Amino acid sequence: MNPLSWLRLRISALLRPSQVSAEVDDEIRSHIQHRADDLVRSGLDRPQAERRARVEFGARQKYKEEIHETSAGNFVEVLVKDLRYSLRVLLKSPGFTIAAVLTLALAIGANAVVFAVLNGLFLRPLNVPDGQSLYAIQRGNDNYIIQSYPDYLDLRDRNRSFDALAAYTILQGGLDTGKDPSHVYFYGVSGNYFNALGIQPYLGRLIQPSDERGSNSAPYIVLSYAFWHGQFQDDRAIVGRVVRLNKHPYTIVGVAPPDFHGTLLFFSPDFYAPMVNEQQFFAWADPNARGNRWVFEVLGHLKAGVTPTQAAADLSSIGYYLHQAYPKDDDQSTFSLVRPGLHGNFFAPAMRAFLAGLMVLAGLILLAACANLGTLFAARAADRGREVALRLALGSSRTRILRQLMTEAILISLTGGAAGLVGSVMLLHRLSGWRPFPQFPMNIPVSPDTNVYLVALLLALVSGFLFGIVPVRQVLKTNPYEIVKAGSNARLGHRISVRDVLLVVQIAICAVLVTASLVAVRGLARSTHANFGFDPQNVMLVYTDLQMAGYSDDKVPAMQRRMIDAMQTIPGVTSVGLVSIPPMQMGWAPSDVFTDSTTDLRPANAAATAIEYYISPEYLGTARTTLLMGRNFSPHDDLNAPLVAVVNREFARKILGSEAKAMGGHFRMPDGKRIEIVGIVEDGKYTANLAEDPQPAMFLPFLQHPRSEASLVVRANRELGREGPELASAIRSKLRDLDPGLPAFLQTWNQEMNGALFASRMATMSLGVLGIMGAMLSITGIFGMAAYSVSKRLRELGIRVALGAKRTEVLKAALSRPVKLLAIGSVTGLLLGLLATRVLAFIVYQATPRDPLVLAGVVLAMLLLGLVATWLPAQRALSVNPMMLLREE
Amino acid sequence: MNDQAQLLPGTLDLLILRAVSLGPLHGYGVLLRIGQISGNALFIEQGALYPGLFRLVRQGLLKASWGTSENNRRAKFYELTAAGRKRLREETASWNRLANAIASALSQQPEEA
Repeated sequence: MNPLSWLRLRISALLRPSQVSAEVDDEIRSHIQHRADDLVRSGLDRPQAERRARVEFGARQKYKEEIHETSAGNFVEVLVKDLRYSLRVLLKSPGFTIAAVLTLALAIGANAVVFAVLNGLFLRPLNVPDGQSLYAIQRGNDNYIIQSYPDYLDLRDRNRSFDALAAYTILQGGLDTGKDPSHVYFYGVSGNYFNALGIQPYLGRLIQPSDERGSNSAPYIVLSYAFWHGQFQDDRAIVGRVVRLNKHPYTIVGVAPPDFHGTLLFFSPDFYAPMVNEQQFFAWADPNARGNRWVFEVLGHLKAGVTPTQAAADLSSIGYYLHQAYPKDDDQSTFSLVRPGLHGNFFAPAMRAFLAGLMVLAGLILLAACANLGTLFAARAADRGREVALRLALGSSRTRILRQLMTEAILISLTGGAAGLVGSVMLLHRLSGWRPFPQFPMNIPVSPDTNVYLVALLLALVSGFLFGIVPVRQVLKTNPYEIVKAGSNARLGHRISVRDVLLVVQIAICAVLVTASLVAVRGLARSTHANFGFDPQNVMLVYTDLQMAGYSDDKVPAMQRRMIDAMQTIPGVTSVGLVSIPPMQMGWAPSDVFTDSTTDLRPANAAATAIEYYISPEYLGTARTTLLMGRNFSPHDDLNAPLVAVVNREFARKILGSEAKAMGGHFRMPDGKRIEIVGIVEDGKYTANLAEDPQPAMFLPFLQHPRSEASLVVRANRELGREGPELASAIRSKLRDLDPGLPAFLQTWNQEMNGALFASRMATMSLGVLGIMGAMLSITGIFGMAAYSVSKRLRELGIRVALGAKRTEVLKAALSRPVKLLAIGSVTGLLLGLLATRVLAFIVYQATPRDPLVLAGVVLAMLLLGLVATWLPAQRALSVNPMMLLREE
Repeated sequence: MNDQAQLLPGTLDLLILRAVSLGPLHGYGVLLRIGQISGNALFIEQGALYPGLFRLVRQGLLKASWGTSENNRRAKFYELTAAGRKRLREETASWNRLANAIASALSQQPEEA
C-alpha cells in the first residue's frame, strides 16, 4: 500500500470509527451465516445451526477488540483511553502536575509574549491593504528618513517606481471644539496619503489630492476613529462641523476606519490634517524651504513588477538630479527603501537585536524547563518501573506504554501552553492599551494574532515531545522479568553526568538573574531617594505652547509672565516658575557650547555639549535647585541687558576649568552669542537615565530667549496625591480666565518622572520577571533531581533505616548530591552576578556589587529555593518504612 | 479437537496468505481452505481468523472488497496484493528452512551429536 492511500485509509477510519466497527459486525455476521448454512446442510435446523455457529466462532467481543487494536479506527479510542488514564495519574500527584504545568505556562507564556512583540513590530506588515509592498524612503548616506517638502514633491513627481508617493509628518497643536481646548497630536499628510495607502473612509470623506491648492489652502481634518469615539461620542453628525486648530477654523470632513492607526507604529494620531497647512502649526520656519527638513516619512506602494533595488536606483538618480540642481541644500545622496512604521533604520536594528536577544533567552528558558521536566518525568518513570514492568509482562506492547507516557507529557504541555497563552494574551492586551507617556496618543500593535497562537501551540507540542522523550530509553530498557523479580534497579551513578552539569549551569544562571534583579530592585528603591538636583514632590507641571493659541514674538514672554503671576494667586501654591522643558522630560536638547576664545564655531571645535534650559527667575527656587554661588536671574535680565547664564558645577569645571574661574567668565553659543556666567548651581539629573554621568547644563533667562513652548512649575504646600485634581482644576480655571483658547497639559512632576524613568523601570521589571522565572526553573530542576535520586535509592534508604540510621543520615544520603549541586551553582552564579553588576550600572542607579543586603538576599533566596525544592523529596526519604518497602520488593 | 495441533505463534498469518493465494476468498472461505489444505490437522478458533485478516489488510498484504458469496450472501472477499505474494514467498522459504533445521536436529541420533 502506498503511503498516501494508507494515510487516506487511516484518516477515513479516524473520522468514522463507528463505521469500521459496523463493518466488523457485518463481516462476523456473514461468517456465522455461512457456517450456519454449512451446518444446515449437514442436517441441523436453522435456529440450532445459528446457535452452534455463534458458539464455534468464539469470544466475539475479544476478537473485535483485537481487530480494533490492529486497525486504524482505534486511534481515537486509544487516545481517549490514554487521556483518561493520564488524567487519573496526573491528578493522583497534584504537586507534580501543578509544578510542571506552571513551569511550562511561564516558559511558553514568556515565549508567546516575546514572539507577539516581535511579530507585531517586525514580522507583521502595517495594517493597510497590501501592506507587504509598502516601503518608506530613506537617504542612504546617513540613514536619514526626514525630507524637506520640496524634495518630497520632486521625489513624488519624478519617480517611476511607485504607484504614488505619500508623506506624513507628526504635529501638535491646540484643538478647540467649543469645550476646553485640548493639546492634540496629529499627522500632517500629503493630499494623496489616504489614496496611496488604499484607506477607505469610515464616515464622510478623507483628505484628497484636490484639497491641496498651495500653502494653507486646505482647512480640513479627518478624525481618527478612536478620537471620534472618545471626543465626539460617535456623533455621526460631526461631518461638516468647524473646529479651531491653533485658532484657525478647520472643517471635519470625515472619520478614518477603526483599524487604521496611521503609518507609524507606537504612535496613533488623533486626526489628520493637510500638510500644506504646515505654517499654521510651525510658524518659525518656512516649510517650503528646501533646506528645512521636516517631512517625517515618505512612503508608497511599489508598482507591480518593480523590485526595491530598481526603485532605489530610480530614486537615487533623482537624488543626483537634486544635488546638481540645489547643491547648497541637497548633498550627494543615494536612496534606499526601508520598512515603514519604525522611522527607517533609526532605531529598528537596536530594537530588533534586543527582541531577538529576548527571544533567544525565552527559548533557552523553555529548553531548560523541558530539561527539568524531563528529569521529573524520568523520576516518575523510575517510580513506575514496577507498573510498567507488570504491564509489559501482561502483554502490553512497549509502544503502547510509551504512547501512554507521551500522552501524559503532551497533556501537561498543552495545559501549560494553554495557561501560558491565556496569561500572555492578557498581558499583551494590557501592553496594547498601555500608555507610559500619557501625553502621547500611543498604539502598541502587539495584540496577538493567529501566528502567536500557532507558535504557542507548536512550542507546547515540541516541548511536550522533548520532555516526554526523556524516559523513553528507560522504558525501552525495562526488562519486565528482572524488575518484577528484583525490584527497580538501584544502580547508583556516582560519576558526573551531563544532567548534573546542566543543572549546575542552570542554577548558576538563576543565581545570576536573582543577583541582577536584586541589584536592580535596590537601585530602584535608592532612586526614589536620589538627589535629582530638583525636588519633584508636590509639584504640578503645566505644559503650554502659546503658538497654539496664536501668540507670537514679544506677546509670548508677556503672556508667560501673566500665567506665572496668575498661578501664584492660587491658595496653597507656594511658588511658581517657568522652564522650557523640565529636567528628565523626554525631548531635552543638548547644544554645543564653545570657550570664549574659540572663533571658528564649528561643531568639531565645541568645548562640550550642554543641556539648555530657559527659565524664569523663580524657577530655581521653585524646583529647589540649590544655587551654590553667584546670583539668580532677575526680571531685568531681558533683551536689553547683557546675556547671562547660570550653569551647573560640571559645566563650570568642563568648559571654564573650575568653579572659581567660571564665575564671571564667558562662553559662546553656536550662533556666536557671548554669554556671561553669573551663578553656579548643583549638578542634577537631566536625561531620562538616573545612572547618567554628570552632564553640563546651563540655565538661560527666558526673557532673553523667548520660546512659545514651556512648562509652568507649580509647587504646592501640601501632598498632591489626593489634592492633585483640586489643584489642577484651579490651575485650569486660572488659565481659562487668561485665555479660554489656550490648551494645557497637566501632570504632577512625579507622574512625569514615571515616564522619564520608564526605561530603567522596564529594565528592572524584566530583570525581576527573569529572576522569578530562573527561580521557578531551578526549583523544578532541583526538585526533579532530588526526587529522582530519592526514588532511585528508596530501597537503600529503607535498609539504612532498618539498620538504625538517624534521620539526618538518611537525609544526607538522599539529598547530598542535589544540595551539593545547588551550592556549586549558587556560588558560581553569585560571583558571575556580581561581575554582571558592572554592566547593570549603565541602567541601574548606583548599582554596586558590594551591597551586603544584595549579597544576603541572594544567599537567602538560593537557600529558600533549595528548601522548597528538596522539601517533598526529603519528606519522602524520611517517611521510608523499611518493612513496607522490603515486603513490597 | 484433541488430535488437532495448536498453531505456533505467527503461523496463522502465513496460512491465511497461503489460503488466499489460491484465489479470492471470504473469511469463512479462508477457514475452510486452511482446513482443506492442512488436512484438518490444525485447530483454529473461528474468530481468531479475523484479527489476522485485518492485520494483513493493514500491512497492505491483502486487499478486501465486499461481494456476493456462492451462498448468495453478502461477504467480504480477500485477495493477495503484490506485496502479499512477495511476503508469502519469503515466509514460505523461511518456514521451510526452519522446519528442515528443526526436523534435521530432531532426527539426529544422540551419539552423533
